Amino acid sequence: MPSTLPETELHNPQTTKTPLDPHLKALENEAIHIFREVAAEFEKPVMLYSVGKDSSVLLHLARKAFYPGRVPFPLLHVNTGWKFAEMIAFRNDIVKKYDLDFIEHINPRGKAENVTPFTHGSALFTDIMKTEGLRQALDAGGFDAAFGGARRDEEASRAKERIYSFRTPEHRWDPRAQRPELWNIYNGMIRKGESVRAFPLSNWTEVDIWRYIQVEDIPLVPLYYAKERPYVERDGMMILAEDPRLELLPGETIQHGSIRFRTLGDFPLTGAIPSQATNLEEVIAELEIATVSERQGRAIDRDQSGSMEKKKREGYF
Amino acid sequence: MTVSAIAQAASADVTTGTVTAFPATEAARAARDTRPLRLITCGSVDDGKSTLIGRLLWDTKAVKEDQAATLRRDSGKQNDLGLPDFALLLDGLQAEREQGITIDVAYRYFATDKRSFIVADTPGHEQYTRNMATGASTADLAVLLVDARTGLLEQTRRHATIASLMGIKQFVLAVNKFDLVGYDRARFDQITHEFRELALSLGVRQITAIPMSALKGENVVYDGKASMPWYEGQTLVEVLELATVRSAQTVGFRLPVQRVSRPGESFRGYQGTVAGGSVKPGDSVVILPSGMVANVTKIITFDLVRNAAVAGDAITLVLDRQVDVSRGDMIVSIDSQPQVGLDFDAQLVALQAEGIQPGRRYWLKSGSRRQRVTANPVSQLDLKTGSWTQRTGLLPMNGIGKVHLSFDENAVFDAYEQNRTTGAFILIDPDTNNTVAGGMITAKRSSLTDLRSDEARVILSLPADLADQLMATELFSRRRDETDLRRMTAGEASQIFKDAAVDI
Ligand SMILES: Nc1nc2c(ncn2[C@@H]2O[C@H](COP(=O)(O)OP(=O)(O)OP(=O)(O)O)[C@@H](O)[C@H]2O)c(=O)[nH]1
Ligand SMILES: [Mg+2]
Repeated sequence: MPSTLPETELHNPQTTKTPLDPHLKALENEAIHIFREVAAEFEKPVMLYSVGKDSSVLLHLARKAFYPGRVPFPLLHVNTGWKFAEMIAFRNDIVKKYDLDFIEHINPRGKAENVTPFTHGSALFTDIMKTEGLRQALDAGGFDAAFGGARRDEEASRAKERIYSFRTPEHRWDPRAQRPELWNIYNGMIRKGESVRAFPLSNWTEVDIWRYIQVEDIPLVPLYYAKERPYVERDGMMILAEDPRLELLPGETIQHGSIRFRTLGDFPLTGAIPSQATNLEEVIAELEIATVSERQGRAIDRDQSGSMEKKKREGYF
Repeated sequence: MTVSAIAQAASADVTTGTVTAFPATEAARAARDTRPLRLITCGSVDDGKSTLIGRLLWDTKAVKEDQAATLRRDSGKQNDLGLPDFALLLDGLQAEREQGITIDVAYRYFATDKRSFIVADTPGHEQYTRNMATGASTADLAVLLVDARTGLLEQTRRHATIASLMGIKQFVLAVNKFDLVGYDRARFDQITHEFRELALSLGVRQITAIPMSALKGENVVYDGKASMPWYEGQTLVEVLELATVRSAQTVGFRLPVQRVSRPGESFRGYQGTVAGGSVKPGDSVVILPSGMVANVTKIITFDLVRNAAVAGDAITLVLDRQVDVSRGDMIVSIDSQPQVGLDFDAQLVALQAEGIQPGRRYWLKSGSRRQRVTANPVSQLDLKTGSWTQRTGLLPMNGIGKVHLSFDENAVFDAYEQNRTTGAFILIDPDTNNTVAGGMITAKRSSLTDLRSDEARVILSLPADLADQLMATELFSRRRDETDLRRMTAGEASQIFKDAAVDI
């Protein structure tokens, strides 16, 4: 009995889009390989979905990897309650549009104790709402593998991380005892309670991500494109002033300007950049001449040096 | 039928930095190649690997302003030259910064006008050889660093050997810290000569030697003419721009099946990444190890139904009949099949403290297949002499050994030399679940293999240059330990043959 797939089920078979160049094609192939390997080797994988551009690319690749089947694991959004409103709206649309299994988790302790970035400071806030929240969600779901969209070019300790990053039952990462990872042969053997974080985008750079989004026409949260928006300047960062929970400090005023974001997270902790780039071509052009890295706009990475490694050791993805 | 070569001594001719230039045709091909070049830095502890990559990132403007500011802040006073500690751009772990060494491999990405690069900066410490092997397994080119003051050390030899075993064919010898030896040309020639001997024994032929100061950035991106006017060769970046990406082998089609996709009753597709050759609808294929035959009807990807797929493509394959295929099986072309059997020969690097124990049962993972195996050591490479010594006991950590693999169930492999995907494997300890070895298949063992090492031998007398070329081949260097070699004059050689004739 020959297996058939009705032509109508095929996604966009008459596509006229430009083919990927060999560089992006190789990155895409590698990511798909990792997705399939994890899905086949682990009992209960989950994909961390943070709604940002890397997550959007990750999701796109997951859909490609399992096509013509559905994405065979749920998406998990560890929310803090302080995301940009546009992110949440976008997220809800995507989940519906692509028929995805979706889990949202907000740390109940943080919520009950009213943990906010303003009252607790960015480090503690991130600790509770993100790291602890993630651990809670992974434990509750009994997930033995979690995909993340982290890239090695983001930060110095990330540059050291394996594609299969082993975690203890307490979700700890031990950077001094990582398993060797040779060729594209991944060691997915774990004991009960242990888990693996898998990073299909490890070898992508920020420019690769943007070029891929362009060629593949991947939808993004509009905050990535420049627009006239209200903001306040605080600690050298441009904070979006749309959420009523943002209280102005003495001396602060709401300003207006054409701004956009290079990364998206919690609005009080994510700085915008002044920009005129209203579409992808312009964003990429701006990026190619950028003199600062994308993480510069993130308060949590600047709190202390080596802060990312510290957070990762404690279970942050 | 081992060959004992009798040949005249070759006088090594090392006058310029470039020992073997890349052929122009390859260079031209590489210039059009937009795939990134994957390279590693390796060599002994403190030879300047991280500094070199840091400098490379710095000089190619891959370091952004905020990162540069952090670097200057973190550098402190680490050298008399008032330069930042470029190694900090790579050594990102707290423990590395505290100890001033590299512990684990760091992956970095940078580009010049001509091409992009993925570089793995590996640790020199012997204790972390496993992390060097991690970086080497996927690299196209190795930059081997040597401290100009100390020359080649055992660890340099270990790294060069592992890199070459893992199939790296292009080497750059970076004779580093050249500023500390007064830019002495004789020193450069001496180290280059020494390395050339080593390379010859490893079968490595594409070598470019460069005198360098990683710290000062001489012959990295910018030339070092001001300090070493005598050096006319390329800078490191020039060599990297022209190097070739390892090409996918052209042997038969290979698809290790990662998973079976069954989204509905009517559809069954086999998902995996093509590990060799190519495939198109209509092709006849065999499923291994079962040996069942089928025909390809469709190659599906998200974007379109394709009329062909080549090595590297992640695809879903549909066959014309219901056959039993599951994860771990390999779908291959009918007319060029890999080896199937219970016994294979392999070379491996022991990566963990327990070493590789004879008789112990490990998990072996290759492609998407995982199965039980014992790996019995046969011989071990002596890094000091470069020769293999018989050794059937434990292969200790960081040891490079030849082993016999014995499986309970049929295994499917190509020789690593023919296919770097279907010929590679890792061993996993069933108790710790840790990866304890990386290995490369050399051959399937059969009763014939045992006959091969029989008594028959051949004595050849060859011109020295021809002998050197033969010895530089992979085939020869792999079995170097089985050969005897004497260098002598043509007269002496002919005398031996005369004497031998008399004896007969
Ligand atoms: N004078 C001089 N010093 C150098 C040069 N290259 C590196 N160094 C110094 O050598 C020391 C070791 O450099 P690293 O780059 O950390 O060495 P490494 O090879 O990465 O060391 P491991 O990764 O731990 O094996 C540092 O203090 C560097 O500043 C050079 O070309 N000239
Ligand atoms: Mg180093």
